[in-house]
Amino acid sequence: MALILELAVQGAQMMLVLLLAPLLTGFVRKVKARLLRRQGPSLIQPYRDLLRLMRKEVVLADNASWLFRVTPYLIFAATWVAAALIPTFATGLTFSWTADLIAIVALLGSARFCLALAGMDVGTSFGGIGSSREVMIASLAEPAMLLIVFSLALVAGATQLSTVAAFMGSPQVGLRVSLGMSLIALVMVAVAENARIPVDNPSTHLELTMVHEAMVLEYSGRHLAMIEFAAFLKLLLYVSLISCVFLPWGLAGVGAGPKSLALGAVAYLGKLALCGILLALFETAIAKMRVFRVPDFLGAALMLALLGTLLLFVSRSL
Amino acid sequence: MISGAAVLLWGVAALLGTAVLAIASSHGSGSGTRLIYSLTLGISAAVLLVLASRIADDPVTPSTVALPLGLPWIGAHFRLDALSTFFLVVVDFGGAMASLYGLGYGRHESAPHRVLPFFPTFLAGMNLVVLADDAFTFLLSWEFMSLASWALVMAHHREQDNARAGYIYLVMASFGTLALLLAFGLLAGPSGNYTFEAMRAAASTPLVAAFVLALMLLGAGSKAGLIPLHIWLPLAHPAAPSHVSALMSGVMTKVAIYGFIRVIFDLLGEPAWWSGVVVLFLGGLTAVLGILYALMEKDLKRLLAYSTIENVGVIFVSLGLALAFKANAMPSAAALALTAALFHVLNHSFFKSLLFFGAGAVLTATGERDMEKLGGLIHRMPLTSFAFLVGCVAISALPPFNGFVSEWLAFQAVLQSPDLPQWGLKVMVPAVGGLLALSAALAAACFVKAFGITFLGRPRTSAVERAHEVDRYSLAAMFTLAGFCLLAGILPGLVIDGLSPVTLSLVGSRMPVQMAQPWLSIVPIAESRSSYNGLLVFLFIAVSASFAAFVIHRFASHALRRGPAWGCGFPDVTPAAQYTSVSFAQPIRRVFGTFAFRAREKVELPAPGETGPARLTVEIHDVIWETFYLPIGRAIDFATDHLNHLQFLTIRRYLTLVFLFLIVLLLVLALWP
Repeated sequence: MALILELAVQGAQMMLVLLLAPLLTGFVRKVKARLLRRQGPSLIQPYRDLLRLMRKEVVLADNASWLFRVTPYLIFAATWVAAALIPTFATGLTFSWTADLIAIVALLGSARFCLALAGMDVGTSFGGIGSSREVMIASLAEPAMLLIVFSLALVAGATQLSTVAAFMGSPQVGLRVSLGMSLIALVMVAVAENARIPVDNPSTHLELTMVHEAMVLEYSGRHLAMIEFAAFLKLLLYVSLISCVFLPWGLAGVGAGPKSLALGAVAYLGKLALCGILLALFETAIAKMRVFRVPDFLGAALMLALLGTLLLFVSRSL
Repeated sequence: MISGAAVLLWGVAALLGTAVLAIASSHGSGSGTRLIYSLTLGISAAVLLVLASRIADDPVTPSTVALPLGLPWIGAHFRLDALSTFFLVVVDFGGAMASLYGLGYGRHESAPHRVLPFFPTFLAGMNLVVLADDAFTFLLSWEFMSLASWALVMAHHREQDNARAGYIYLVMASFGTLALLLAFGLLAGPSGNYTFEAMRAAASTPLVAAFVLALMLLGAGSKAGLIPLHIWLPLAHPAAPSHVSALMSGVMTKVAIYGFIRVIFDLLGEPAWWSGVVVLFLGGLTAVLGILYALMEKDLKRLLAYSTIENVGVIFVSLGLALAFKANAMPSAAALALTAALFHVLNHSFFKSLLFFGAGAVLTATGERDMEKLGGLIHRMPLTSFAFLVGCVAISALPPFNGFVSEWLAFQAVLQSPDLPQWGLKVMVPAVGGLLALSAALAAACFVKAFGITFLGRPRTSAVERAHEVDRYSLAAMFTLAGFCLLAGILPGLVIDGLSPVTLSLVGSRMPVQMAQPWLSIVPIAESRSSYNGLLVFLFIAVSASFAAFVIHRFASHALRRGPAWGCGFPDVTPAAQYTSVSFAQPIRRVFGTFAFRAREKVELPAPGETGPARLTVEIHDVIWETFYLPIGRAIDFATDHLNHLQFLTIRRYLTLVFLFLIVLLLVLALWP
């Protein structure tokens, strides 16, 4: 009986991230539009976009291979699995030990590997430019992310995300320099990984500065829907990650009753809204940077994360 | 009953017999080739069976054999223990796969008599190195292995650059053996007992231990490809026929690592803490520089050779961690780090062999190694490209394949290190952890490039359009290896448990039993701290991908239309307009290359109004070659030029020189304390 309940909670988590992901993106778009004194599209516009794309026929380039047709599903699946492994409203879910934080980062790496390959499959120069820039960004963002994971793991004594979240919610955390550095670095990495301003512009087309959109340029119909969905999920994943590590309040613990689960869900929605508003504010206030300024941006994140880790090696209490 | 080591020596003898047979028969046509590779495949498989029964039965108790060969008062000693069993599995599995691949690939060989005799010899040499139990046998086998592989590198000696590759390989191999000779001399001490048994028993002073470590890093490190001793590797490995390249990269570098582990962990006794710092530093440097070199490369086989250097760096990082933990009496952490290193040894032998086989298949089908002339092969060679893709994902350390597991274990070992007391290690370890992460991310970039430029996009030359899928032996070898990459990735507990006798014998501890964990996940210390379950990750991805595909095809559209590529509406008429290998690496070259390669880009624009083309020139320096090797080469040239005068003296002057030299020697003898 307990097992069935646990499985149900785990299933609810998987469905929850799937259902909430487009809403978060719609929310960020709405807030951005309101900040610019525009009406903006409706909150549920991303859902409508996905449905519309799924119903359309796929126009495939003549020389697209099987890889091009398979990768959207793989990207979606890898991102979904990664997003479902992050504690949203409760820690210690049944399958949370399947992958720790390092493995979650690597799962996103797998998704990116597929996407970069898909960008090169048709053989247009736009695809190539997108892929080559994506791997350049990833080559800095991934080590920064892993160093952030090191910092968190050294503070909490575990790379298991549930344990980290539980530790961060406990009073023994205190105020630490290394955690502050990790937070800043994590936000910078999240901005880069989700192709947000100032690293990339999610709403641009036909510009030589685009990265993510250049890779998916040849996609259409249901394939594009899968990739867009994966991008929504990835944004939700990073927001969940930041909120579960740095805003761990309200998370339901292991074996919690329905009341605390409900409380966790409400708290989670609040955190999503807060992070969404902050992201929209940040994006409205800042301009897109040149592609070759991105390494400086990410290099700063890398150095901050390394510094945070080094501090922890110097003293466990910093 | 004869012992395990004796059975394996019979295997070596059979390989040498095959080599003799090959000399006799290789002038014939395809049947000789088939016979020789079938024999090596059979012998390797038999040896693997013996090893498997040993692992299942009792991998710990050493089995020794002494033969009255070699130096008269020493004899030749051989020993099979947990460490050598593991490395023999790597050697013979690689050998079996290379033989299977050779059954098909060898038919295209233009000069079989230059390959067939040396292939079994090379396998025999590697087996002997791992079996050797005294310094003389070890060095003899080591040289045997080096020379056999040198002969294979020189198989196509008339091709451009191969002679230079062979020459540099020979020089570096001799240098490495010299270092090993001195290391064993120091270990044997003044009493000069050359058996490993005696060396293990003797305690060495810290100074001697330091020299042995340095000499082993020079000797084994140069064979494994540690930077800055790597320069021969990207020249020699690609020059050999592809299945031999696979053996050299996937297996021979591992034999070098075996030598390092044998001496440093087994024979030398307790390590000093700073030895971990040195090994960590070299490993981290090798990992990052190796993969950066690979990213700049446009020759597919050389790219793979540089990536071997990166993986050797990753292995040495884990070994350095294991040394640091061992020196500080943290056996369980040392076991974790050593397991990570050995697991990566196994993984790298799987995927690097697979990738070299794939490169060989491309070479057979198109006659090209230059990626700039390939492209679009996924349509012509779908099976090869699938297997190559598996290798690329695995080597990029991405779940659910095997490369990720060993990297994950290495990261877990890094996270154990704040408990280390020394400041040098405290500062070094997180920095090296960062380098490890950087090299993993760059490896992914490198293999997106390798696969994307070679197999995806549109064909860049007509050579690609004539390409066909390769024979079934080659495909069988590639798919077997791809299967093992996945298996080791989703059932890592099996491998980790199999490695426990090795870590027990070398660092006195082992990782917890993994196969007893629920759901076959791997747990280095405790589930609340870290765990990874490759099987479930694989299943989750497979299930959710099929679920998504099913839902969409069932309830939404499954219509599909083919049309010309969109490309933002720009007609992209020529395949030359695609991204090339060099342009793909350009962003990374701009970020890292200015520092690592002193890379410069120069754009020459024609004056306004002129119609000439604009030119972009990229200048890249091999900094290590220019700062270390060229000065040495120039110094040798200078010295030989000047010493050359000595060849043209009169007899009186020669007699004077002899006389003076005699006096100097006598003076030295007289004044020596």
